[in-house]
Amino acid sequence: MKSKIGVYICHCGGNISDYVDVNKVRESVKEIQGVEISIDTMFACADSSQKQIAEDIANKKLDALVVASCSPKLHYPTFSAVAERGGLNKYNYVHANIREQVSWAHSDNKEGATEKAIKVVKSAIARVKESVPLEPIEVKAQKSIAVLGAGVAGMRAAKELADLGIQVYLIEREHFVGGRISQLDFLCGADITGKELVTQLYEKIHKHPNVTLFTGAEVIEKGGSIGNFKVKVKITPRYIKDECNPEQLQKAIDVCPVEVEDDFNFNITKRKAIYRNYDSEYPHFPTIDSKNCTRCGECEKVCSSIDFTQKEEIIDLTVGSILAATGFDPYQPKENEFGWGIENVVTLPQFRRIINMCDNKLIYKGKEIKDIAYIYCVGSRQVEGDNKYCSRYCCTATLYTSILTHKKYKGIHSFHFNRGIRTYGKQEVIYDEASRLGDIFLQSYEYDPPVVTKVNGKTNVKIEDLLTGGKEIEVNADLVVLVTGMEPRNDCSIGDVLKIPKGRDRFYNEIHMKLRPVETVIDGVTIAGACQGPKNIMESMNSALSAAAKSYSIVNKGELALEPIIAKVDKDTCVWCGKCAEACPFDAITKVNANGKEIAEINASVCKGCGMCLPVCESDSIDMDGFTNTEIESMINVLAEN
Amino acid sequence: MNLNGIDLPKILVFSTEKISDPAVDMAGLLKLHYPPRVYTIPIPCSSAVKPRWILKAFEQGFDGVFIAADGTDCPYGESCTDKTGAIVQRTHNMLKEQGIDTARLRMAAICSVCSEAFVKQMKNFTEYLVKQKTT
Repeated sequence: MKSKIGVYICHCGGNISDYVDVNKVRESVKEIQGVEISIDTMFACADSSQKQIAEDIANKKLDALVVASCSPKLHYPTFSAVAERGGLNKYNYVHANIREQVSWAHSDNKEGATEKAIKVVKSAIARVKESVPLEPIEVKAQKSIAVLGAGVAGMRAAKELADLGIQVYLIEREHFVGGRISQLDFLCGADITGKELVTQLYEKIHKHPNVTLFTGAEVIEKGGSIGNFKVKVKITPRYIKDECNPEQLQKAIDVCPVEVEDDFNFNITKRKAIYRNYDSEYPHFPTIDSKNCTRCGECEKVCSSIDFTQKEEIIDLTVGSILAATGFDPYQPKENEFGWGIENVVTLPQFRRIINMCDNKLIYKGKEIKDIAYIYCVGSRQVEGDNKYCSRYCCTATLYTSILTHKKYKGIHSFHFNRGIRTYGKQEVIYDEASRLGDIFLQSYEYDPPVVTKVNGKTNVKIEDLLTGGKEIEVNADLVVLVTGMEPRNDCSIGDVLKIPKGRDRFYNEIHMKLRPVETVIDGVTIAGACQGPKNIMESMNSALSAAAKSYSIVNKGELALEPIIAKVDKDTCVWCGKCAEACPFDAITKVNANGKEIAEINASVCKGCGMCLPVCESDSIDMDGFTNTEIESMINVLAEN
Repeated sequence: MNLNGIDLPKILVFSTEKISDPAVDMAGLLKLHYPPRVYTIPIPCSSAVKPRWILKAFEQGFDGVFIAADGTDCPYGESCTDKTGAIVQRTHNMLKEQGIDTARLRMAAICSVCSEAFVKQMKNFTEYLVKQKTT
């Protein structure tokens, strides 16, 4: 039993100490038998605190350590490393979660939170007293990674991982790569178009021997665990042969009688059931939209490359890590929201497609556009809706779009109805340029937004403008552009398959936005790009590189040091009934002869430490380090105390 | 600590490190409050809970025990749901023998994103246990 225990209680700035009386916690545990020191600290994770803890372990010859702070998901690795630096075995360290499960969960009840924190820390002390030193178990990790989503973030991550020698399976649900960026014909602050950026990335991954690209594919099942995930991928047919005739395919597109809304152009145009979104799109083959194709056979008459015999495929992959970069959806305004439904009210993504289609004159629905009213924060920073967050990219994107309209067309007047422009960092120069071009900025509070009405054939936007002391100003606009923000994907089934938690904003949630920004609580699954929250392209690329580095660190050595928390059999009391072997899902338990009697034996390299064998043993001869009867029952005793 | 003059019931939760614990953590992150006398002991899998630990909890004075089960999300295999169910069934039988209300041991699947479900379970369970104390 440990007798020189160091106990450190973190304030976490005020995240803990605003709700938990940390001094009372410290005083309550300092007299417990075996506690050598108990100290409270403002930030236990700070470098100086870590150094102090390690020095205390060494100087005071502590034989066990308890840190009471945030969730172990966040800082268990930090403090177990501190324990090792101080000379302790890391399994003589116990983490007490008094933030997520105490101070935050009971921020409405300070007395209750403090009482609970005291018991949680006492139970950690009781557990660590019984702890024993262990050595990690090495297991093989697959040197392959599944990257989900072939947008810019996914392709960038795939390219980086492939360059590092990792086998990458790049899995894209659509039949074309590029994601949302391929819908952009101009990129702020770059000399290339979105399509050109997609082409550059595609060419790098397409030629790379370490990348296998699946389009029209999605992960439908995930099994296994970090280092050894088993994923099932469903691949839908493209109905086009690999070796196809481009001229015949164009004829097939021409003769297709089915016309549907073109979601690539945000429904402002139509497309055929056999289609490609733009000529240079990758892969170069068109695809047949099986939901809308009527199988009329017209395309087959003019094109020998059509192949309706292609079937859906299910393939199994084994990967060491999964990197999800599944992107976002643009916010879709509700009926009548800022005039949505009026014929000349469009969203920013639609407007950018319109600009792409208009060369010399800006024309929408047969009318030339001169006066444009941009309404900001539609679907972002909502007062009443769910989207409380700022979508980050839209202010800059709108101002850059406005600048482009001035450069491309004559006589444009732009009116920006905003709630405070957020062109952070270098993007401020875009704001400056738009101002110099004569754009008019009108500002309102979130509770008094502009009103869009249709009066005598004109679309009128009215605002009480903060910048002119609350003066009511009206603009008759030829076109109203709703600056819509980002939302999580409507179809987030992949998140359900991978079990990635979501935050309050409904985007996928990282463990910690600063300390572990691309890791999820699902070990081995990382996230990148706008599936994690609104980001511009540069930010998405950066997060993709970060997630790639993290996933790489999991698989690169080909082996992982896993927790040595495995079952162990008491040879003296085991009488081999076989129930443990039946319960074990990994066949890790076999019958052996020892000293003339049959007993169970655990295969340490196969046992995963699930503990399924523990409760079925009638003679209670199986225990697991970290979860022994002594450890669990000592915690129960302490938690039950009045 | 009491609720309307009644001592707030103590609930012990066996929560799994990979599946339900993230949900319990997220409940805190989202400030979804639940009664503070809910104490969590992390375990690798809900099929690893020994009946003797549950009995020990009741013996020591816990009013309720809740197993936050992995359900079909268990990273160790599909058999987890049945196995956890069998543990609960076996323990219910033991509780009956000791004359302990079997409803004081509950189990529900709590996945890694089931924060609201967890909070709802804790509130309902506390209400039930308060009712038992007052009748």
